[in-house]
Amino acid sequence: MKVIVCVKQVPDTSEVRVDPETGTLIREGVPSVMNPFDQFALEEGVRLREAAGGEAEVIALSMGPPQARSALMKALALGADRAILLTDKVFAGADTWATSLTLAAAVKAAGKPDLILCGLQAIDGDTAQTGPEIAHRLHLPQVTYAEKIMLDGRTAVITRQTDSGYEVVEVRMPALITCTPPADFVPSTPPYSAITRAKKKPYEEWGVDKINIEADTLGLRGSPTQVKRVFSPPRRDTGVMLEGRSAAVIAGELFQALAKEGIL
Amino acid sequence: MITLIAEKCIGCVKCVKVCPFGVIVMKEKKAVIGDGCTLCGACETVCPVDAITIERVVKDIDLTHYSGVWVVAETEGAQRVKNVTLELLGKGRELAGLIGQSVSCILLGNNVAKFADALICHGADTVFIAESEALSRYTAEGFQPVVTGLIAQYAPCIVLFGATHAGRDLAPRVAASLGLGLTADCTGLSILDGLLLQTRPAFGGNIMADIICPYTRPQMATVRPNVMKMLQPDVNRQGTKVVVPVSIDASTFRVAIKEVRDSCQTGVMKIDEADIIVSGGRGVCTNGGFALLEELAGTLSGVVGCSRVAVDLGFRPKSVQVGQSGTTVSPKLYIAVGISGSIQHQVGMKSSDTIVAINKDPAAPIFQIADFGIVGDYREIVPAFVAEVKMNGGR
Repeated sequence: MKVIVCVKQVPDTSEVRVDPETGTLIREGVPSVMNPFDQFALEEGVRLREAAGGEAEVIALSMGPPQARSALMKALALGADRAILLTDKVFAGADTWATSLTLAAAVKAAGKPDLILCGLQAIDGDTAQTGPEIAHRLHLPQVTYAEKIMLDGRTAVITRQTDSGYEVVEVRMPALITCTPPADFVPSTPPYSAITRAKKKPYEEWGVDKINIEADTLGLRGSPTQVKRVFSPPRRDTGVMLEGRSAAVIAGELFQALAKEGIL
Repeated sequence: MITLIAEKCIGCVKCVKVCPFGVIVMKEKKAVIGDGCTLCGACETVCPVDAITIERVVKDIDLTHYSGVWVVAETEGAQRVKNVTLELLGKGRELAGLIGQSVSCILLGNNVAKFADALICHGADTVFIAESEALSRYTAEGFQPVVTGLIAQYAPCIVLFGATHAGRDLAPRVAASLGLGLTADCTGLSILDGLLLQTRPAFGGNIMADIICPYTRPQMATVRPNVMKMLQPDVNRQGTKVVVPVSIDASTFRVAIKEVRDSCQTGVMKIDEADIIVSGGRGVCTNGGFALLEELAGTLSGVVGCSRVAVDLGFRPKSVQVGQSGTTVSPKLYIAVGISGSIQHQVGMKSSDTIVAINKDPAAPIFQIADFGIVGDYREIVPAFVAEVKMNGGR
């Protein structure tokens, strides 16, 4: 069985701010991490490889700047067998449409997988679009919001979140699944020995020549959506602290304040 | 344009079965695509030998003939229309007014035609109704070809989806099938120089971005529930209902639903639709803690939500979890009780209109984003507040 897991290196979003002068993102000094949703997808991939037994491999696939290598090294340390980084100037500035085009082409070039696993969404963009878009381009069925994946021969049995609770669905492989960690998921921290071993695992960097797609359909030029501007969210007014009085008095003050704003 | 290469066709009839518009027939053991093809792409997706290709011109096209603001409706089965659909109709009317176009709504499901009048009352000029037993529950395979086919046929200028689980599953699939841009989770929509200006939070809500889609049509976005305002229903509004005949065979779906576990009863307000949420965290995870919050929510006609820890500890179901790995909400009033306010939690509730925080720890980060902060024991504050609300005649 062959599993391809798409991973993204993302800035730790809690640290990202907008420069009030220039209106651009301040990324300097912001630590980069493996997108947490992708880490869950990767750990699921590794678990499924073990469960499937036989000839099985997990490939971690990422698109990004050269420094995204560190996210793939973590993927290898967490148990992926090999890793591919799509890195080329023409990939840069891609929206989800151009990203899914690039990743889908890379999946084809990497050989037909039985499963493609993605994180539900990345914590920098929060779009949740790239997975379904890859699925459509590869003519694969999709299952999004998966919390649990079991294999039954060539069928994947998946528990997924819905708007009203959960569904259990079955899909014959090949298929694409986007994953979201269940409440009890604790991300693994790879031990030092695994980090050392990861450096010896196969790691490749692919440019546009590897994926057989015309460069002007990729990256910023190939993206139908354009970012017009970024800005800081409107700042909330400094809040009012209600304290130092009895619960009944505070409750009364709160009610008056909310009534004054027309909420109650 | 759709092309079927007869030499490649192996006569497997998968395309015939999957075509929701019933326009593919077999002639001499080969598939033939008849008139009435909407270019929805369902056949292209299932063809095992790549005999069917659809070519769509997406760039350098004349954009002026794309007209209309469309809303893809979401229902809770045959029970009710979701609020987000009505909110989008309200916003759709405003946008359509600015560009001098009409508002249409696509209504898919089983026994849902009865909702068409409500959609018209809330702002739709035209409702396209596609009904099939195979559409009684949302599936990407059932819904996407119909939505894609209608868009390809009628060429609207703007298409809006709710940013719900279902909408976020469907919209990217539709966008990919038509080669279109898509902006996720918008919290603002307006018109700038004739283009749809789509405003959305990114980086966990730390920045906002304005997105445009200048060269492709329709311009598509998913929009967060509870952000746009629905119109007061006007029973005198007139609209047109267009029945779209579809034939969908659920047995052709590659993803089969085996079990449904709805943790919320139908008809009960969902967390992303509530305009008042009383949410509990670690501090409330004791015997009777959530009962106090239930009482407060009941008094305010709101619902009870929670932070992740309350799910982890088994106090509340995942479906009411607010935050990055739960649901993103933006109610009029969010009361955070015993919630410290991690970044992951804040991402899910920061866009609420008014935030009240009750916590015994004055250093809790939640106080930094709260409009009203109360340092104290919720077991005293909450009952006192319930009494106060009741004394003032409830909400």
